[in-house]
Amino acid sequence: MGLQAYLTLAAVIFCIGLFGVMTRRNTIGILLGIELMLNAVNINLVAFARFSADVTGMVFTVFTICITVSEAALGLAIVILLFRTRRTVLADHLDLLKG
Amino acid sequence: MTGEVLAFWGLGLVLVGSALAVVLSKNLFHAVLWLALALTGTAGVFLQLDAEFLAAVQLLLYAGGIVTIVVFAIVVTERLVGERISQTSRRIGGGAVVAGALLATILNAISRRPLPATPPALPADLTRSVGDAVLTRFVMPFELLALLMLAALMSAIYFARPDD
Repeated sequence: MGLQAYLTLAAVIFCIGLFGVMTRRNTIGILLGIELMLNAVNINLVAFARFSADVTGMVFTVFTICITVSEAALGLAIVILLFRTRRTVLADHLDLLKG
Repeated sequence: MTGEVLAFWGLGLVLVGSALAVVLSKNLFHAVLWLALALTGTAGVFLQLDAEFLAAVQLLLYAGGIVTIVVFAIVVTERLVGERISQTSRRIGGGAVVAGALLATILNAISRRPLPATPPALPADLTRSVGDAVLTRFVMPFELLALLMLAALMSAIYFARPDD
């Protein structure tokens, strides 16, 4: 398969993740959408690395995977903290800073 | 060659289908399980791109780690029995329009570019090359990454600490 096929697949998954981030009301659902988007970016990085025969893209994929895991752990800790203080994880109800 | 094309289409269908299920499923717990399938399918795509090491990292960290902590977060914030786990979406039309417009833009940009159709020959053992690059040319970002992960894990523990 050519590079174009992998880029198209990654673009479709990225847009599905974006759709999830925009439409989900539950904060955990929004985080799942963000995971999908980052996953699509990883596919792009690996595909470009493979088709240019350069390992730099794969090294960066290792880095982005680690950063994504940190982001997920921290984001879910914030969700748990929000639930403890506000008793809700729905993004619509988290409007403390709304004017 | 046909086997490769078939494998790509199979993986692509599984990936797109499970990604759609992640964002459309009413049950949040089911959405997490679909995400696990999507992440495993991505590992398959990495295997097809000759990145065996990254496929292993993907399975260990993503499919193993992230899915586990998301399930824990759901258990803490929702009741697993009863109706509370169901979730709704809002503004589906607007979200579909924005995501579709972005997809059309990206696909348009991809189709205008001359892109290689066949991958070039691999330099050497790819896993060994990745390891060499991480510990020589990218050793500084690697160490900073260790610092970042320590800080992230410590702050996650701090945020989620029990009330005293």
